[in-house]
Amino acid sequence: MSLEKKEFKPKIVAFCCNWCSYAGADLAGSSRLTYPADVKIIRVPCSCRVNPMFILRAFEKGADGVIMCGCHPGDCHYSTGNFYARRRMTLLFSMLDYIGVENGRTRVEWVSAAEGVKFSETMNSFVEKIYSLGENVRLGDLRCKS
Amino acid sequence: MYKIAKENLSALFRLIAETRELYLPVKTAGQTNYAAWSEDAEVDLDTLKTVKSAKDAFFPQSEGLYTVKKEGKKMSVEPEGLKEQDFVVFGMKACDVKGLEVLDNVFLSDPVDTFYAARREHGTVVAMACHEPEETCFCKVFGVDAAEPKSDVAVWTAGEDLYWKALSEKGEALTEAVKELFTDADEAAVEAEKEAIHKILEKLPYMNLSLEGWNGDALSEKFDSPIWEELYKPCLACGTCTFVCPTCQCYDIKDYSAGDTVSRYRCWDSCMYSDFTMMAHGNNRTSQMQRFRQRFMHKLVYYPANNDGMYSCVGCGRCVEKCPQALNIVKVIKAFQNQGGEQ
Amino acid sequence: MQELINRAKELLADGTVARVLGWKGGDLPYNPEPAYFETAEELADFVYNSFCGANLSKYMIEASKLEGKTMVCLKPCDTYSFNQLIKEHRVDREKAYIVGVGCKGKLDIEKIKKKGVKGIESIEGAEITDEADTLKIQTIYGEKSCAYADAMLERCHVCKGKEHMVYDELIGDSKETKDADRFDEVARIEAMSPEEKFAFFQKELSKCIRCNACRNACPACSCRKCVFDSTKFDSSQKANVDSFEEKMFHIIRAFHVAGRCTDCGECSRVCPQGIPLHLFNRKFIKDIDGLYGEYQAGADTTSKAPLTNYTFEDAEPSIVGKRG
Repeated sequence: MSLEKKEFKPKIVAFCCNWCSYAGADLAGSSRLTYPADVKIIRVPCSCRVNPMFILRAFEKGADGVIMCGCHPGDCHYSTGNFYARRRMTLLFSMLDYIGVENGRTRVEWVSAAEGVKFSETMNSFVEKIYSLGENVRLGDLRCKS
Repeated sequence: MYKIAKENLSALFRLIAETRELYLPVKTAGQTNYAAWSEDAEVDLDTLKTVKSAKDAFFPQSEGLYTVKKEGKKMSVEPEGLKEQDFVVFGMKACDVKGLEVLDNVFLSDPVDTFYAARREHGTVVAMACHEPEETCFCKVFGVDAAEPKSDVAVWTAGEDLYWKALSEKGEALTEAVKELFTDADEAAVEAEKEAIHKILEKLPYMNLSLEGWNGDALSEKFDSPIWEELYKPCLACGTCTFVCPTCQCYDIKDYSAGDTVSRYRCWDSCMYSDFTMMAHGNNRTSQMQRFRQRFMHKLVYYPANNDGMYSCVGCGRCVEKCPQALNIVKVIKAFQNQGGEQ
Repeated sequence: MQELINRAKELLADGTVARVLGWKGGDLPYNPEPAYFETAEELADFVYNSFCGANLSKYMIEASKLEGKTMVCLKPCDTYSFNQLIKEHRVDREKAYIVGVGCKGKLDIEKIKKKGVKGIESIEGAEITDEADTLKIQTIYGEKSCAYADAMLERCHVCKGKEHMVYDELIGDSKETKDADRFDEVARIEAMSPEEKFAFFQKELSKCIRCNACRNACPACSCRKCVFDSTKFDSSQKANVDSFEEKMFHIIRAFHVAGRCTDCGECSRVCPQGIPLHLFNRKFIKDIDGLYGEYQAGADTTSKAPLTNYTFEDAEPSIVGKRG
């Protein structure tokens, strides 16, 4: 039996708003820019749709990192959605930090539909960060680990 | 009868833990609850009542029943194994031991709950006499003697020693395994301790609580009483009373999906919760008054009706201590007494 | 207390109110329960002493649906909760006749018992008129004593002040009890390493039995159906099957009241396992104060809550990592 440690393949969830960041991901794709396949994108109508439970649920089900992308502040398709999302995520991330979860595991980036390059760079740097942090052991349900 | 100096108890625990799992009151972050023994656990035998009862050792708050796994087009079902390892629960009080009897009547009668039965079979209870009973205790009302715990092994603390007496075959077996640490003792010190406990019990405010009128035949009279409408009002509908209770035995069965596996588990339920006994057609108790009433009717009427008059309250007083709004079974019993309960 | 009873009788007699919401004496020296009184005779059981810690404002949600006005006794801190409930349209101000009652700090029987006091027969010094700094406790194991301040609920040590935010009349005097800063504990934890923080909360939260008392007692948790009670939710709402669930529950519970929590301290008071739940709420309050300007929920009924408000210049979430 091999006791060799399994290579760490992070699971990363990216919540992307429909109007900017998801289109940014599209542009990254059509521009043939690369980003790691570890990132699973979940499209949401607006970054404001992301409630703190989404983030925690992603961790519960085995995510090693969660990133939320939305329109740049001021550019929200619904005018103000990302402003609320920004406050919410700031408080949530601060709380996660407070209970001892490494704060690099969560991130918010504003990516517009024209920023394919930024999308790709963001994902690359986030995945790199998660690789450096290693497996998420502090915030997941063991039943989802097998 | 044997004895061991209190200062040698950690040696005793270490020895027990060599061959069996050992659960005993452990203090974590300021609160004492039953937990597995380890070298660095802070064992706390001085706190009279653990927050939760020792019920967990036999009927855990949650336990897996089986897991369904999907692999490709195949499905497999893996039932959860039954308890196979012998274990010891040290320090249970007489009321909690009586609580086990209540659970036995439910889980060991046909159809037998195999998970519970396996734990009962492998578990040895070392019950401890209550050195200093408290004002919230009313075990005597339910025929429990705090000075004379009836279990596999009974222990008493007196002075600097702990006295040990095996009462059953399982208890003898455990005694045999740890006897090397004991010295022989006579009964004198224990008799004195028992007498002291009995004296204190007499002074406790709830000890003469009358259960008159509460029995299996009182169903419609109690059920229809208007008193409930007043009594339930402060209730927050939290599950504290249920979860700290040594005799509450209702559970819920739930599925947890982890993608390709689904685990089915059961967990304690509380009649205080809005989804208690909810079925496809809805819920048969739609108001908090009805749910509140259920708890006390179950303990003092339904259970006695099905179990030869035995109540499913043991007077441990945990709900008296822990209810956030200071409601409890004693107040309910008294309310019926004061108002005759016959309207 | 007698003044309260007399006033309640008057209000009942002249028909101003249909019922009184207060506390009823218990059968032990320390366990009064919240209760309604509808007649002068029933008021014989009315008490108001240092063990009346329960915040009655949440009961007003139900009482607002009843016929007629309810006279409700609110302590200074309870009035913040009541204001917040008005703001959220959960209580009807017109249905409440608020008697602001004086407060000299409420007692925590658990704290007294933790000092090894057991077999309590009587407690002297807990009457609202008592001025004593020490509680004299008669037990079956002899007479014990305990400094009043040592037996006070945590929240009273960081009291927001003895001023009532909303009332129809005031009865009784108050005494200042604040002797600590409410963010001290939070700051202490913030200064820990991630490992220490994790270990601290893991240990505290492992005690959680998911009785939901913290949620049900909370005046800000006034949803008709809690998200954790949804049958569509596959995590259990009644047990922490995995230690993740206790973290999920407590983070979300606190988050759902962030910006609305008045820091009334009921969650920590009611927890049967003594988990310092206020540490979650206060962390949010501290962050909100620091990032979006000082805000006290319940101080008024009109201001916008921090989480339903924004400015263009708000801090980015990355500030969490930068603060170090």
